[in-house]
Amino acid sequence: MPLFTIRNLSVAYGGKTVLSHVDMDVSKGEIVTIVGPNGSGKSTLLRAIVGSVIPATGSVSKPTGMTIGYVPQTLSLHPGLPLTVRRFLSLPIPVSDDAAAKALELTGADNLGAAAMSSLSGGQFQRVLLARAVLGSPDLLLLDEPTQGLDQPGSAAFYRLIDTLRHEIGCAVVMVSHELHVVMSASDRVICLNGHICCEGTPEVVSNAPEYRALFGTLTGGALALYRHEHDHDHAGAHTHDHAHDPSHGPGRDA
Amino acid sequence: MSVLLDGFLVRATLAALGVALAAAPLGCFVVWRRMAYFGDAIAHAAILGIALSLALSLPVFPAVLAAALLMSVAVSLLSGRTMAEDTALGVLAHGALAVGLVAVSLVPGVRVDLTAYLLGDILSVGRSDLLIIWGGAILVVALMTWQWSALLTATLDADLAQAAGIDARRSQLILTVGLAITVAVAIKIVGVLLVAALLVVPPAAARPFARTPEAMAVLAAGIGALSAVSGVAISWQLDTPTGPSIVSAAAFIFAVSQIASRRLDSR
Repeated sequence: MPLFTIRNLSVAYGGKTVLSHVDMDVSKGEIVTIVGPNGSGKSTLLRAIVGSVIPATGSVSKPTGMTIGYVPQTLSLHPGLPLTVRRFLSLPIPVSDDAAAKALELTGADNLGAAAMSSLSGGQFQRVLLARAVLGSPDLLLLDEPTQGLDQPGSAAFYRLIDTLRHEIGCAVVMVSHELHVVMSASDRVICLNGHICCEGTPEVVSNAPEYRALFGTLTGGALALYRHEHDHDHAGAHTHDHAHDPSHGPGRDA
Repeated sequence: MSVLLDGFLVRATLAALGVALAAAPLGCFVVWRRMAYFGDAIAHAAILGIALSLALSLPVFPAVLAAALLMSVAVSLLSGRTMAEDTALGVLAHGALAVGLVAVSLVPGVRVDLTAYLLGDILSVGRSDLLIIWGGAILVVALMTWQWSALLTATLDADLAQAAGIDARRSQLILTVGLAITVAVAIKIVGVLLVAALLVVPPAAARPFARTPEAMAVLAAGIGALSAVSGVAISWQLDTPTGPSIVSAAAFIFAVSQIASRRLDSR
């Protein structure tokens, strides 16, 4: 049984259609990644799931009481707003010190509670955003390009962390990403979006789909090449081994 | 004689304190959401409200409240595709001030002391004014306290708030209503020209010494209260206009806070 369903969803901004006729089911515990070029409606789709945009047609059916942990693309903190990590975690629902410490530990942001949000590094900031999102064990984790500003080992570690969290919390994960090569291997299902759903399926199916190649084959040749490269390594077994067991790349190490 | 003097000075001080307390938590959001110009536009629209109240013999408070709310609607209608919000605010704020001043001077049969509205006339605060000011102030502080977490979350990120079940548009509406009430009660104290200063200066002075949003709001309230009391005292001693005296005191505290925080940082 799906956790939530989207039927015939279209969204328009000022008369311009951004998303048209999107159907999507997300099951419990599943990691779904949305890829697509700039302006393809990826963020809009997430915002429709959150409920921030009013659909032109169709609907997002979420069961009542479904909780969402949302990790925004960026959080532009006003310099005039003093905010510690601990205080941020209690927005809007107050959480106990224990719960806050546990969430920070879970996301590899241990002992950052007293730090000011503005003093965090890019990697720490993303982990704190994630810590807030997983508080209260949400049914769905929504991430909008969560690894912006992280280097490659940093984002690889971040995606492994998401996979770990999915098992710890048992939540479904829907995320938007630009980093095709990293994300593909970390997803159960990939949806390729360009105003509408071009193709979807397992990472292997999508990366070989002609629609996907038409969109990304020329646009991001480098990334695709890199994906293929890693894919080859996977077959040899060396690459996965290297990444999974190298402690210097483990969660919590980048700062 | 001295009892009478005590009476109006006490009323003036109490009135200034009430406005300062309401302005502090609201002013924090004005700072955090970059709404300083919006506050200014709403304040300037108040002069239109005053013209309305003079022409129709309405009480000042509801007329100013209505003008302030109308202004916020006009801002949201005008800013959009072809105009940046600060341009829309610039046009509306100064347009409203100018038209308001013209309208006030056109009202037949009344000779109006414009400076009282522009700069405030705190020494004429009566018992009923005090009641309205404190009623409005308590209402605003209660609204801010009740909605604090939701407003703060919506200020950080609209989608983040929406995911937590908070309607970001509702937050904007609450702040607008709070601003309108604050402006309406503050007109008599600091006048149309300086209301926005009372919103922005105390939180700005409090910022270097606060580590959480709540601490900043409380500190801003303290600084606002200190400015109010010393402003009234200065005004009484030196025979200066009270509104500008209060804002001068706040600006002085801001300057001291900036110097002190630089010193602390460099140590």
